[in-house]
Amino acid sequence: MDQELDRNEIERLYNLKAKERMQIERQPMPEQEPDVRRANFSEVPFGYFPMAAIVEANRCIQCKKPTCVIGCPVGVNIPGFVRRIAEGDFEGAIHVIKETNMLPAICGRVCPQEQQCEEACVLAKKGQAVAIGRLERFAADWEREHGLADVPPIGADTGKSVGVVGSGPAGLTVAIDLRRAGHAVTIYEALHLPGGVLMYGIPEFRLPKAIVNAEVDVVQQMGVDIEYNTIIGQIETVDELLDRHDAVFLGTGAGLPWFMDLPGENLCGVYSANEYLTRCNLMRAYDFPNYDTPIAASERIAVVGGGNVAMDVARTAVRLGAEEVYLIYRRSEAEMPARLEEIHHAKQEGVILKLLHNPVRYIGDEQGRVCQVECVRMELGEPDASGRRRPVVVEGSEHTIDVDTVVVAIGNGPNPLVPRTTDNLEVDPKRGTVVTNLNTMRTSKRGVFAGGDIAVGAATVILAMGHGRQAARSINHFLATGVWDIDELPEAFRENGAG
Amino acid sequence: MNEILENVVLADSVNRYLVAAPKIAARRKAGQFVIVRIDEFGERIPLTIADADPEQGTITLVVQAVGKSTAQMATLKPGDRLLDVVGPLGAPTHIERVGTVAVVAGGIGIAPAHPVAQAFKQAGNTVIAILGARSKNLLIMEDEMRRAADEVIVCTDDGSYGCPGLVTHVLNDLIDTRGKPDQVFAVGPVPMMKYVSLLTREYGIPTMVSLNPIMMDGTGMCGGCRVTIGGHTKFACVEGPDFDGHLVDFDELMQRQAFYKEQERVAYERYVQRCRSQEHIAQANQSL
Ligand SMILES: Cc1cc2nc3c(=O)[nH]c(=O)nc-3n(C[C@H](O)[C@H](O)[C@H](O)COP(=O)(O)OP(=O)(O)OC[C@H]3O[C@@H](n4cnc5c(N)ncnc54)[C@H](O)[C@@H]3O)c2cc1C
Ligand SMILES: Cc1cc2nc3c(=O)[nH]c(=O)nc-3n(C[C@H](O)[C@H](O)[C@H](O)COP(=O)(O)OP(=O)(O)OC[C@H]3O[C@@H](n4cnc5c(N)ncnc54)[C@H](O)[C@@H]3O)c2cc1C
Ligand code: SF4
Ligand code: FES
Repeated sequence: MDQELDRNEIERLYNLKAKERMQIERQPMPEQEPDVRRANFSEVPFGYFPMAAIVEANRCIQCKKPTCVIGCPVGVNIPGFVRRIAEGDFEGAIHVIKETNMLPAICGRVCPQEQQCEEACVLAKKGQAVAIGRLERFAADWEREHGLADVPPIGADTGKSVGVVGSGPAGLTVAIDLRRAGHAVTIYEALHLPGGVLMYGIPEFRLPKAIVNAEVDVVQQMGVDIEYNTIIGQIETVDELLDRHDAVFLGTGAGLPWFMDLPGENLCGVYSANEYLTRCNLMRAYDFPNYDTPIAASERIAVVGGGNVAMDVARTAVRLGAEEVYLIYRRSEAEMPARLEEIHHAKQEGVILKLLHNPVRYIGDEQGRVCQVECVRMELGEPDASGRRRPVVVEGSEHTIDVDTVVVAIGNGPNPLVPRTTDNLEVDPKRGTVVTNLNTMRTSKRGVFAGGDIAVGAATVILAMGHGRQAARSINHFLATGVWDIDELPEAFRENGAG
Repeated sequence: MNEILENVVLADSVNRYLVAAPKIAARRKAGQFVIVRIDEFGERIPLTIADADPEQGTITLVVQAVGKSTAQMATLKPGDRLLDVVGPLGAPTHIERVGTVAVVAGGIGIAPAHPVAQAFKQAGNTVIAILGARSKNLLIMEDEMRRAADEVIVCTDDGSYGCPGLVTHVLNDLIDTRGKPDQVFAVGPVPMMKYVSLLTREYGIPTMVSLNPIMMDGTGMCGGCRVTIGGHTKFACVEGPDFDGHLVDFDELMQRQAFYKEQERVAYERYVQRCRSQEHIAQANQSL
């Protein structure tokens, strides 16, 4: 327990009435000033100091029927851990979180809380939700910084082994839970580093790689074997893995970048978001020439898209020194799928939003380098299938913007490599996802389970984690009973695995 | 794993490496490649598997030093390890029994052509290899090609060896004097592949080319390797690297390859400078 905690203050806060608690302002999280952070890749928020966390935790009124828990895709016991922070028992808090969430330092940073737990918080309706994400992050950081993160106990050897394809959040979670149950686990990872999108996609300034590495260390300390540079579908097939393993989990994510098929899209200087971010994050092009991988030295860059990925690209471009960063999005700000915090941060950092704009072609110079993007203006018409108003082109609104770089960030689909090279694996023909029962996480192929983005299309870290956890339960059941054809997991296998 | 067992100079700035990579050696097929990262700071560079010995668990890479990474690789000694080797990547070359196949290779392209020539031969084809180099001292793997193919015709730009001229001239002569081969496979500098394809299109000879755009992951995740084939975008690392030469937009490929010229120059000059200053230090230490 921390020494410097003001015990009297903790005591006073603890005895507040519900009405008084609701008067407390949501505690801001200190962060780097926009002008400073524009020039570095360090994490933007610093995180709560202990007393701020305690004050924030005291805003929670400890509902009897906590709606926030329903809002959390994995059902973290939110009032339980928030209460312990309020008491100054940070170690207790992290233990409560880790009963259900193995990667809280990551989720606390990247979960879209305002659409999940915090949206469902009763205080949200009356004003401002408890800052659940910030508190989760605080507890996890506190544990790591105090060197208390312990390696979960490993079950007695079952003699069974499982192959996990992909080391993103889905693969890491399933590996942890399977080791806990005593199975041998090998992760096969295509790249030279673990973590999937956590490592190559989400930038350092939002998710420091040291945090991802700390989580991977735990996985390795548990005795999970990670084989890097191993592309399943090329060096070995899933069918071959099944010869060696009793079950296989597919956590290969949604790594295939979409393009828009516009004229000029293959000009030099037109990137996919994946390429731009991977060059910068995984290959450290921001530190070129200390690292060998180059990236365009852009002055005027257009990012196409309105989600988290587009925000990450735009904010990366700012840090790489671009003078003007345009974000081209075909609807209005209200429809942007990106997290509010990211839009806010991007605007603070000088990203220029070109809303209700859509690119129609890219124009190149004589060396084949992109020099202009031609856009049309859009207006919002009738609601479409997604419930959002459909953008329609304004006739005669064509105009050009001078740029030297374009990054297409309109989304990713599942990489077809594994589906294409696996016999009898049912794939959704439209979306390219592996058809998966979201209760049992079983695919159409005996012994093969799937979860995360490969099962549902590009989604979230916490959903991938939840899938990993559920898949581990289902794999445990399969390995114990040998029964494949089930629709629902028996109660017993739903409850354990946690804790 | 990934240990360099041999590093032999084949020609000016061309080295042949024997690398321990048992799994890849057992798996690879003609036309496939690996991606190599030399060290912690390294770029991921694609290199064709020029040969493999599944029993010894080794692969052969033949690499021309053209910039920082490839120059650095040339300094590695037996016993050194490459940090990362991933593969086999790409789709294997489509090998079929068609009759006579002309394998046209220029410069460093002879290395990737070698396993392809072997495979066509093994499938029962008559293989005529046309090898081009700028001059005699740059010609590589002539003996290996003679073993792999039924016939080898060498030409050099400066006439210092074999017949003088370009591979396209030799191919044209071949067609004129002995009739059309049933298929052409071309690999080498992009302009060479372009002119071979233009020529074979005139004669209507099916032609495969092996493309070498800038790549990064090699898994279809970044799209940096995209090429335009018959008006459609393809990711060369997974859908290639072989494509129908009559459909490739070679000019776009050349422009895309040149995109990082400036940064590549910076990286190379910095590397050379560092090597020099290290040599200075070593010399100074010796004279002490
Ligand atoms: C730029 C970006 C920003 C994002 N921001 C957020 C955010 O703020 N909050 C949030 O919740 N979500 C965010 N997401 C989404 C989130 O990252 C994903 O939903 C999540 O990572 C999916 O996890 P996964 O384990 O299914 O797959 P991934 O994280 O994609 O990992 C898949 C892994 O499998 C490997 N692999 C693929 N194919 C093979 C193969 N054939 N053989 C071996 N290995 C293979 C890949 O190399 C990769 O390491 C973001 C995504 C991106 C791209
Ligand atoms: C499928 C494929 C197979 C290849 N096989 C061989 C081979 O067997 N032997 C051989 O010598 N070379 C081969 N290459 C080319 C080799 O990858 C490049 O020469 C090498 O990456 C150059 O790196 P560098 O740092 O030394 O030079 P740089 O100075 O960085 O670049 C020199 C030139 O090489 C090309 N290049 C640079 N980076 C890459 C990259 N990441 N991917 C592809 N090309 C790049 C560019 O056109 C550039 O202008 C192959 C390329 C591909 C795509
Ligand atoms: S895991 Fe995500 S949704 Fe669940 S409580 Fe934590 S921040 Fe909220
Ligand atoms: S090299 Fe990245 S998709 Fe081909």
